[in-house]
Amino acid sequence: MVTLSEQIAKLKDKFGALISDPVEYRGEVTVTLTDCQEVVAVCGFAKRQLGFDYLIDISSIDNYGSDPRWTLVYHLRSMATGQEWRLITHVSEEKSELPSVLPVWRTANWHEREVYDMMGIRFTGHPDLRRILMWEGYSYYPLRKDFPLAGKPTDLPGIAFTKPAPLEGGPFVTLPSPAGAINREPRVRTVED
Amino acid sequence: MHTQSEVGYNTKIEGDVVLTTVDAALSWFRANSVWPMPMGLACCAIELMAVGASRFDISRFGSEVMRFSPRQADCMIVAGTVTYKAAGFLKRIYDQMPEPKWVIAMGACASTGGMYRSYAVLQGVDNVVPVDVYVSGCPPRPEALLDALMKLQKKISREPVVEKMKLMNLNKSEVAV
Repeated sequence: MVTLSEQIAKLKDKFGALISDPVEYRGEVTVTLTDCQEVVAVCGFAKRQLGFDYLIDISSIDNYGSDPRWTLVYHLRSMATGQEWRLITHVSEEKSELPSVLPVWRTANWHEREVYDMMGIRFTGHPDLRRILMWEGYSYYPLRKDFPLAGKPTDLPGIAFTKPAPLEGGPFVTLPSPAGAINREPRVRTVED
Repeated sequence: MHTQSEVGYNTKIEGDVVLTTVDAALSWFRANSVWPMPMGLACCAIELMAVGASRFDISRFGSEVMRFSPRQADCMIVAGTVTYKAAGFLKRIYDQMPEPKWVIAMGACASTGGMYRSYAVLQGVDNVVPVDVYVSGCPPRPEALLDALMKLQKKISREPVVEKMKLMNLNKSEVAV
């Protein structure tokens, strides 16, 4: 059987400098793609030549306060061998746009709609880029770090309204900050903060 | 002074007769045939199912007829987290229920938003529909829901049905004029 590192080596042979060296952490392999515009070519190669026929998930990360702001994470799996790895790529806030991988995996349709709904990252070439969890006409992207957990007031008569939730200052609120997960946690704050 | 002779009542001739007022009789009927509209939105709906099943048996209180059409229901049991997206549908279903109608907010989420202090969750279903009984718990025990139902029955049996009807007819004629 072809090992995962050989598979990644094939990917690297094909795309060269576009593909970073694989990083392994706790048995999970991560590969960074330097140019997000090439995501369709890389994913297409991974599916058709390397046999990664299953797109488990697409998720997005908000690196609030640093540049580039968005990180897209694609989890790939081969149903035949059970190998898994993840492809990550960065997108700047000004652009907030990258090509859709829908031509490669049709399951990307709803994954990309969810990323668009929650983070506001657009996918070019997506045939039906509508909100999937919130309703059409809702004007915010709620999983962005600068969006308050309590929400913001909106009103769309006949469809839905929202009001900020009463949080009373906490205790479960993580502040928007580029600091690491430990320093963002509510438990590091004292009452006076 | 024989009250019996005043209403002309003689058990030997007329058999078993119970005297009551129209109000009391109508509200007794209503209180013991509350058909619920199960608005199961989250995990509370599982407890609601338990209430309907044999161990807790909501039919002891005349409420076993769960109606999935709002047109035939009397009491909406909101069991679960109401998101802002679902609030519109919930209001619409409530509006489709015929009068008289009641609402039970079952569990912390339906009553106050519960642990979901978030952008997506309506902070209490009483923001969109009038609630008669709130049930605490996350989720409440089936007994708690039965207790709420008994409280609702008490509330219903206190209602002055005839007076209300008169008032409604009065309002109608005013509108017609």
